[in-house]
Amino acid sequence: MIPTDSRMTLRRGGRLALLFAFALGMLALSGCHHDNMQWRLTDVSGHMPDLDFKLVDDHGKPVTGQDYRGKVVLLYFGYTHCPDVCPLTLAQLHVALKQLGPLADDVRILFVSVDPARDTPDVMHAYVSAFDPRAVGLSGAPRDLEALSKRYRSAYTREPDQADGQYEVSHSSAIYVFDRDGKARLLSTPANPQDDLVHDLHQLLSPGSPS
Amino acid sequence: MSLRTLYALPLLAAGLLPAVRAHATEAEHVRATHAWIRVLPGDLPAGGYVTLENSSAQPATLQGASSPAYGSVMLHQSSTEGGMGRMVMVDSLVVPAHGKAELAPGGYHLMLMKAAAPVKTGDKLKFALQFSDGSTLDVDFVARPANATGDSP
Repeated sequence: MIPTDSRMTLRRGGRLALLFAFALGMLALSGCHHDNMQWRLTDVSGHMPDLDFKLVDDHGKPVTGQDYRGKVVLLYFGYTHCPDVCPLTLAQLHVALKQLGPLADDVRILFVSVDPARDTPDVMHAYVSAFDPRAVGLSGAPRDLEALSKRYRSAYTREPDQADGQYEVSHSSAIYVFDRDGKARLLSTPANPQDDLVHDLHQLLSPGSPS
Repeated sequence: MSLRTLYALPLLAAGLLPAVRAHATEAEHVRATHAWIRVLPGDLPAGGYVTLENSSAQPATLQGASSPAYGSVMLHQSSTEGGMGRMVMVDSLVVPAHGKAELAPGGYHLMLMKAAAPVKTGDKLKFALQFSDGSTLDVDFVARPANATGDSP
């Protein structure tokens, strides 16, 4: 009969070996992905579909997700009659791009309207131009906007009209980050510090970054 | 009663208040700084922001604001609870005794609609902040560009 303590030792040895094998496996895996970058925002790689839509840009031109391949895309849902949070978010994105310097030329902010009734391409053009030259305003048919919103599990609700016919639209506040190949990579929320977005965009835009 | 008298009545009442009351008004104890407006293109609604500091031992309650520059001024609050951006109208905002309250992007703000004339960056716009005791505080708000993040360049 084996004494209790030596049985324990054997078991522990077995466990250690298992752990070691597991660690080796992880190393091998991360080697395959050649992705040992540290992201500060939420990494959604492989968990969300590629950038794809059929909408109209702020020049009135029909565009698809394919038109933005080669650019790092920041996708944000909002509307122009939103006086506080949408302008704040776009202003923050503008500041983040300014911090990136020339690297930001390869970034496009896609501001997608969840209020197609009021946000015509003309209105969208005046709006996005007031924030950043790399911002594009997208609107389109309600069903096309809904399709894009559903694709990224984003939500929006038109609130009841007020006495003067004005209305608000509640909407998801997340910013979706796509790499140059249109792959969904990161999710930024208003709770994330601006530096985190700048850090991750820098990483995504730098030469040799995994894509 | 003529329109002119009608307009003068609240002013008259406000002028009498210090005489009838032992204490100074709420507005007299509140200092407003960092007052600015984010100007958006066209006639889109804009956000107004200001920091209020109360030097009194009593809380002061902001109940609203008005401005000759805008047909509609409402006290609002934004929230991003549960990942959803929302705006709600609020009746009042308390500036605590010896404390401060901030109307700042992403939180409390004045929603400004129906501009009397197009507002340009750099414009100074007159606002009257109304407190619960009927007193008002005159504050100049500076118009800042859409992509500003605060009241200074």
